[in-house]
Amino acid sequence: MHIRLTILLAAVLATGLAVAQDGVPATRTDLIPKDLLRVQKVTAPTTDFSKPEQFENLSAGAGTTRKPVNGNVFSHFQANLSFEQQADFSIGDSLFRKLWVSAPSSTQASDGLGPLFNSRACQSCHIKDGRGHVPGPGEAGESLFLRLSVPPGANDTRESVNGIFADEVGDPTYGGQLQNFAVAGLPGEGRMVIDYTDLPVTLGDGTVVHLRSPHYSVADLGFGPMAPDVMMSPRIAPQMIGLGLVEQIPAEDILANADPKDANGDGISGKPNYTVDPVSHSVMLGRFGWKAGKATVRSQSAGAFAGDIGIATPLVNKPYGDCTPNEAACLALPNGVQERLGVGEAPDPVLDLVTFYSQTVGVPERRNIGDPAVLRGKEAFYTLGCTACHTPKFVTSRKAENPAQKFQLIWPYSDFLLHDMGDGLADYRPEGLADGYEWRTPPLWGTGLTQTVSGKTELLHDGRARDVTEAILWHGGEGQKSRDAFANLPKSARDDLTAFLESL
Amino acid sequence: MKLKSYGVLARLTLALTLMTAPVAAYAQAPADAEILNTYANVAQAGYEDALTGAKALEVAVDALIASPSEATLKAARQAWINSRPAYMQTEAFRFGNPIVDDWEGRVNAWPLDEGLIDYVDASYGTESDANSLYTANVIANTRITIDGKEVDAANITPDFLQNTLQEAGGIESNVATGYHAIEFLLWGQDLHGTGPGAGERPFTDYSTAAHADRRAAYLKAATSLLVSDLEEMVGDWQTDGAARKALPGLGISAILTGMGSLSFGELAGQRMKLGLLLHDPEEEHDCFSDNTYNSYLDDGISLRNVYLGTYARVDGSVVKGPSISELIAAKDAALDTELKGLLDASVGKLQAIADRAKGGEAYDQQIGEGNVEGNATVQAAIDALIAQTRGIERAVALLKLDGVTIEGSDSLTNPDAVFQ
Repeated sequence: MHIRLTILLAAVLATGLAVAQDGVPATRTDLIPKDLLRVQKVTAPTTDFSKPEQFENLSAGAGTTRKPVNGNVFSHFQANLSFEQQADFSIGDSLFRKLWVSAPSSTQASDGLGPLFNSRACQSCHIKDGRGHVPGPGEAGESLFLRLSVPPGANDTRESVNGIFADEVGDPTYGGQLQNFAVAGLPGEGRMVIDYTDLPVTLGDGTVVHLRSPHYSVADLGFGPMAPDVMMSPRIAPQMIGLGLVEQIPAEDILANADPKDANGDGISGKPNYTVDPVSHSVMLGRFGWKAGKATVRSQSAGAFAGDIGIATPLVNKPYGDCTPNEAACLALPNGVQERLGVGEAPDPVLDLVTFYSQTVGVPERRNIGDPAVLRGKEAFYTLGCTACHTPKFVTSRKAENPAQKFQLIWPYSDFLLHDMGDGLADYRPEGLADGYEWRTPPLWGTGLTQTVSGKTELLHDGRARDVTEAILWHGGEGQKSRDAFANLPKSARDDLTAFLESL
Repeated sequence: MKLKSYGVLARLTLALTLMTAPVAAYAQAPADAEILNTYANVAQAGYEDALTGAKALEVAVDALIASPSEATLKAARQAWINSRPAYMQTEAFRFGNPIVDDWEGRVNAWPLDEGLIDYVDASYGTESDANSLYTANVIANTRITIDGKEVDAANITPDFLQNTLQEAGGIESNVATGYHAIEFLLWGQDLHGTGPGAGERPFTDYSTAAHADRRAAYLKAATSLLVSDLEEMVGDWQTDGAARKALPGLGISAILTGMGSLSFGELAGQRMKLGLLLHDPEEEHDCFSDNTYNSYLDDGISLRNVYLGTYARVDGSVVKGPSISELIAAKDAALDTELKGLLDASVGKLQAIADRAKGGEAYDQQIGEGNVEGNATVQAAIDALIAQTRGIERAVALLKLDGVTIEGSDSLTNPDAVFQ
């Protein structure tokens, strides 16, 4: 089996070139002029809503999956992988599902869970490769957890390049996130408590929608008090589809939509987040995570291995995961490192395989694209201004290392930029250049399959929205105008918009 | 024992068939429809034989439940082992046919978190986490909690297993049905790690042990479900069956897609390379019974069957007809000869694993850390499967079915080119 490390290297280079902050947006460099014109033509917003656009059904281009619509629909490999790539995908899939065990165990190549952890397997949070669940009453939080940080003090030792930091400053005791589970003999860090308040919203036609407004706190702290100035941000596990294609959108095309100071006065900013990539130690455009804090699928995966499962990989080689010196009992436990087997608790090529898997989970074909209600809803999506952030189309780089991801017309419905979403959604916790009000526009592909895949519809960064209507009504800040326009539509038009979103 | 010894006979018959098969190219290639018809006939016969095996298993399970003893438990285990070759020889149909692939998880899903089903050893761990059903032990508990909701598990029925317990909470390792759930109920956990020995469940689990009646009910329900699931698949391949009717739309590429995906992605990759990588005895396909070596060998035979358009049935008869081999031979006789050689070679390397297992070193021992010879034997089979997939790729290219992998396929102008 041959793992293509070069895929990642190419991705790093491709995006690294585009970091021209504040300057005139550069044009993508992977295309000859003729192809650039074709791309500009094919990605221009449509004005014809009488019928579906050509190839609109293929949300992820040639890799779009055409499989039965059921609970497995997010679990298929991108349709155009070679047989060899299917093998890497399948092994990665097994590792994604693997329940890691605590050290020491008889299977030394796959132990090292925790000592603190949120979950024992990737797939336990990314349920059926879809979204996580909000814990029900009495349930322990699993696929929804709290990120923690404190304002950087005078003695800031974080890696930084040109004023961009690699990560946030964690709580001095509890680190970067609250792990509510621990291996035997160690307490979990605490219990996330969610209190929902009913928030009735009256629409233009008098319909009342009841939102649930969450408040987060922590009970049963296992290691003493948190810092008084700790900031908490709830995060639910996102769906896994199409990530490798997002990685191959040229940074120039994302930056072309950026307008951080709203120079064009349309009320929509679009701010790029930047981070220091742990592979190249250079500044890269962030595009993954709820605040676009991670630049690559690889760094996101290694971060999740370390933070969520407590498994050290060569890229984030922390055998004690998120344990801090203030958690001495945690650091006193055995870890799963065996030097003869390689670096970390999950030595190479585990991270390569999980990364490849995460890059190649397929996006399903759309349904009912020619349905009149869907087409009307699509038109409303455009006229209400939703596409100002939920950018319909991109074409991936010609230089993608993986031929299956090269020069594909994809329909993620996201600009992958940060936007101020108002007080209602604010977590008041900065991440990189994102402030406490800003969130990355999440891709909308697969939205209509959320229920089918994960058995529940729980949208937004913490799963508070129980359907697309609630999700839209939570939009504030830069999304307020579109949200208000939606709220004032007659019911039939709201239903059309829902039909469009459900067809994604 | 009869069926078991038959399996060896079937392989001999097939080997003879291969040796006597004509090597010269056919003057005229068979039509796609004829090839697909053979393919469907082989599938139908394979699933019929698998169904026959499952029904025999059900009889043996009934006998075990009616009078639990060392002898009836042993007979039930043998019936399970006997039921496997025919099923595993259908696996080449899985990836090329969406209907099969979608159904497969019900009968052959693995690995499974056995703590969901029954008691497990203390070393299994109790760490509660996302999979709150990790040690739910439905046999010992008449009420379990799924996704925060308490569920009545008083009656263990096929419907309960299929619609409530299978993949409960969206966790794929919550495997409640199929061959491997039954295997666990017949053998129990293999606590020998990468040392010698399989599961050692005592027959008293079905007589005097705690919850024996619920364990029996589970075993009965899972076996009945296996029979009904296989009946459904047999129906799908009969005249007017959904899988047979879908074939013209899928075309010849369904055959080669199924071969390539099973050979490289599933067998060489997920089933073999991962276990070797982690040296993890849990990463073997039939981990309770230590029957993995037979399952992998039958996968290899399955690949050769669909290429040659032939299948030696359990009753000794042979299904055969125009094959994709003949189609390739008419266009490139050398490639056909080479591909046959590659298919034989991979079966040979899988046979070497089986020989080693029969010689006393089970598959999980062969992948154990530090077992240089065992590791090399498994790696040789992986290499042979990869080599044969390269041949399959060349066949795909020869028949111009490879829109999928053509370098520079251009989604902007013709994305459908990749969806033959």
